[in-house]
Amino acid sequence: MDKPESLLPLPPATFHILIALADEDRHGYAIIQDIAARTNGELKLSAGTLYRSIPRMMDQGLIVETDTRPAPELDDERRRYYRITPFGVAVARAEARRHAQLVKMARVRGLAPEKA
Amino acid sequence: MMGLYRALLHVYPASFRAEYGGEMEAVFRARRRDATNLLAVLTLWIAGFFEILFNATAVHWDILRQDLRYTVRMLGRSPGFAVTAILVVALGIGANTAAFSVTDFVLIRNLPFPDPERLVKIWQTTAGYSQMEFSPSNYRDVKRMSNSFEAMGAFIGSAVNLVGQGDPQRVLDTEVTSDVIPLLGSQPLLGRVFTPLDERAGAPGTVLLSYQLWQSQFAGDTGVLGRKVILDDQPYVVIGVMPAHFHFPSAEVGLWIPKQFSQREFEDRNDNYLEVVARLRPGVSLKRAKAEMDVTMQQLRQQYPGENKNTGGTVIFLRDELTKKSSLMLWALLGASACVLLIACANLANLLLTRSLGRQKELAVRAALGAGRERLVRQSMTESMLLAVLGGCLGILVALAAVPLLTKLVPNTLPIASTPAVDFRVLIFAGLLTVITGIVFGVLPALRASGKGDMNALREGARSGGGRKERLRAALVIAEVTISIVLLISSGLLIRALWKLQGTDPGFHAAGVLTMQTPLPMPKYSRTSQRAEFYNRVLTEVRALPGVTSAAYITSVPMLWGGGIWPVSIDGQVVERTATHTVSMRYATPGFFSTLEIPLLLGREISESDTVDRQFVAVVSQSFARRYWPDQSPLGRHFQLAFHDRMVVGVVGDIRVRGLEQPSEPQTYLPYQQVLDGNFLFYAPRNLAVRSSGAPSSLAPAIRRIIRNADPEQPISDVQTLEEIVESKTASRSVQVRVLVAFAAIAFLLAAIGIHGLLSFAVSQRVREIGVRMALGAASSDILRMVMRQGVWVALAGVVPGLALAYVAARLMEALLAGVEPGDLPTFLSAAGLCTLMTLVGSFLPALRAVRIDPMTAIRAE
Repeated sequence: MDKPESLLPLPPATFHILIALADEDRHGYAIIQDIAARTNGELKLSAGTLYRSIPRMMDQGLIVETDTRPAPELDDERRRYYRITPFGVAVARAEARRHAQLVKMARVRGLAPEKA
Repeated sequence: MMGLYRALLHVYPASFRAEYGGEMEAVFRARRRDATNLLAVLTLWIAGFFEILFNATAVHWDILRQDLRYTVRMLGRSPGFAVTAILVVALGIGANTAAFSVTDFVLIRNLPFPDPERLVKIWQTTAGYSQMEFSPSNYRDVKRMSNSFEAMGAFIGSAVNLVGQGDPQRVLDTEVTSDVIPLLGSQPLLGRVFTPLDERAGAPGTVLLSYQLWQSQFAGDTGVLGRKVILDDQPYVVIGVMPAHFHFPSAEVGLWIPKQFSQREFEDRNDNYLEVVARLRPGVSLKRAKAEMDVTMQQLRQQYPGENKNTGGTVIFLRDELTKKSSLMLWALLGASACVLLIACANLANLLLTRSLGRQKELAVRAALGAGRERLVRQSMTESMLLAVLGGCLGILVALAAVPLLTKLVPNTLPIASTPAVDFRVLIFAGLLTVITGIVFGVLPALRASGKGDMNALREGARSGGGRKERLRAALVIAEVTISIVLLISSGLLIRALWKLQGTDPGFHAAGVLTMQTPLPMPKYSRTSQRAEFYNRVLTEVRALPGVTSAAYITSVPMLWGGGIWPVSIDGQVVERTATHTVSMRYATPGFFSTLEIPLLLGREISESDTVDRQFVAVVSQSFARRYWPDQSPLGRHFQLAFHDRMVVGVVGDIRVRGLEQPSEPQTYLPYQQVLDGNFLFYAPRNLAVRSSGAPSSLAPAIRRIIRNADPEQPISDVQTLEEIVESKTASRSVQVRVLVAFAAIAFLLAAIGIHGLLSFAVSQRVREIGVRMALGAASSDILRMVMRQGVWVALAGVVPGLALAYVAARLMEALLAGVEPGDLPTFLSAAGLCTLMTLVGSFLPALRAVRIDPMTAIRAE
């Protein structure tokens, strides 16, 4: 498998999807809703963008489709659930580190707010 | 409403839709539910629409990139295959593009004039001649009496000596009436074109230059207008330059001068030398013009029953002014190149099929893992398209290199340039061809690869390559054999035709004879004695050159010029102009027959004592004597030709005047001195023929010196051996045959590779079976026979329909075969024989490999 750094920088949509899957397995619409909620509705991923990212992310080994499903009453038969892989976690961490470093550099020059 | 969204999803690749379509639909439905007011719904739809367009394109692009990467990796792993495939495609597309560019240029494209579909040529007809030039009086009458034409003009091609621009030059010119250039719709690049004032008898000489002559002789000088030039000793003023694309009546013409009719020219209705071009009135069909021409000519027959007996008229499109042979040759070429491409496609399809069979397990695994049929087809098509595009690009380069080799196939009877241009039309053709090629050889393997029931391949130890596939591959190879047989036989028949023509006895010996043209300008040499002086001086000095055995002057050596056809009458009978009464007429100096080694059969040849004050005499050919005096001695007999009574003093062998393919009229040779001053100047001997014991070409410099000494202003042109003249008569055929033979050889080779590939694969698939057979006691010869039998079957299945198709093709091009039977047995037998040989060679290696199989290893592999 590639080193996590080799995939950086991640496209924004990919990073968001990884964040959405960080705490639990989600299906497609749940990913979109999670992203929208975290960004206060600013980023509404379209179905097309999501499903164009997903196969690529699976190819790259960032996520997998999972077989475990929630309780039947909560599940819509059509829905597929995605889970972040350990590699996906590593890549997301690396990307977060990259962003943090960028912010630190910006802060030194007075371009970003001081830490709260 | 969700139906609309589902429909929109079809923009996505099918595999993607199958995978995520449901999900996307669910997301959209949820969004739709969340949208509370009309504006939100509307926004959702519009955004959804563009989002699908954008993302679908992106997904297509992703897949293409992925497939391309995969393809490049696969091809990189088998570079031999990749290079072979690209070269084969390049050859196929290059051959077709080159053939198309010539065919398009000559047969398909419009002539380079405005409204070219209304331009026609008008010919007189008479028994035995379907297209004959007009006589001035008939032309004048037809022009006056016809209503179908907007304009009509006449022209005569000839050649003039251009003096005063560097070395004296021989230039082809055309005398045109002032209607000709305007009716073609052409404008001059510089200056003006002719007006009726220029064609009045006695008007000062004016001349229009072709762009090419203007560039080569006048260095493209725009100050050329008004400059004086000397043509055949007469002063002319340059009044204009025509544009580069203007060619009329052919690309060889360098200048145009106005046709000035003298009153005398209208006296003889049977002196035919005008070619007539016209523009149909808008809305008038060719059929109507023809019908009117029939009526007009009928009236002219009634008015002049004697002179116009048997005379008719015909109208044809200027576009069709080329022989059936020229167009057939080009169509045959195009057909042959298409065959090559087909075989190339079949071979590539086979190669890809073999590879896909080799990859069957991999593909089955991919299919089982969910890669849909469409993904596999796409992958396969990407591979074939990539190969086709690379091959196509290379093919265009092949075509660019090949087109100049094909210029001999551009007939010089059309008003077009002599070299076809490779332009955007041709490039579009090449592009289309590339795409079609890619689809044709990609789609079969693709469909096969993704066919149902492939799960068998996953079974361990399964024999890959089911019966159906083997049949398909065999069918492709059979098709290759069929097509290559057709090509082999077609080119074989054309080779036979060429040999037959080249083997035709022209009636003279061309080897060792050098010829050149020294047309004497008039009126400087209009007196017979002036010409005699020139000929005698030149001939005496030439005959004294070392190595020269004989030399003579004649109106035209055979095969350079087909004109000079005159009617003959015997004992004052009325002249009937039909093919059965015409002869070819030439004036010659003594020594002509020995120079060309035409046998003197009876009597004597032309002599220096045959002067104008003596009895006019003639030497005639054997067929002439046989026509009029069968079973009697022709010597001392009289006939009337060209307004004079002439007595036969000698009989010589017949020669081919018009080339090797057509039979010739009987020939008459008149003494060069027996012509009244100022008469028949057009027939004044202009060709010098010299026979030498050494290499004839080495004489040229010395002869040039002699002529320059005799008259420093005399241009010398067309210095060539008689052999070259004879060869030029079959040049377009030779080119065509060479190209076809090359095509046939390629096709043949590809078919052999196809058979070899098929059998090799079959053997590799049957290793176990063969091993078992050998273990059970089958002899090597049995195995050998088993494999070879398969090869022979494939060959037979291809050869039999191939022979039938070849016969059909041969019938279609019968006009090209010069009398060789379309079903020529030796050709058919040798093609079938070659094919058998090819099969044996192609099957031999796989068979040998089969025999070498070690039964123990083969079975243990189980």
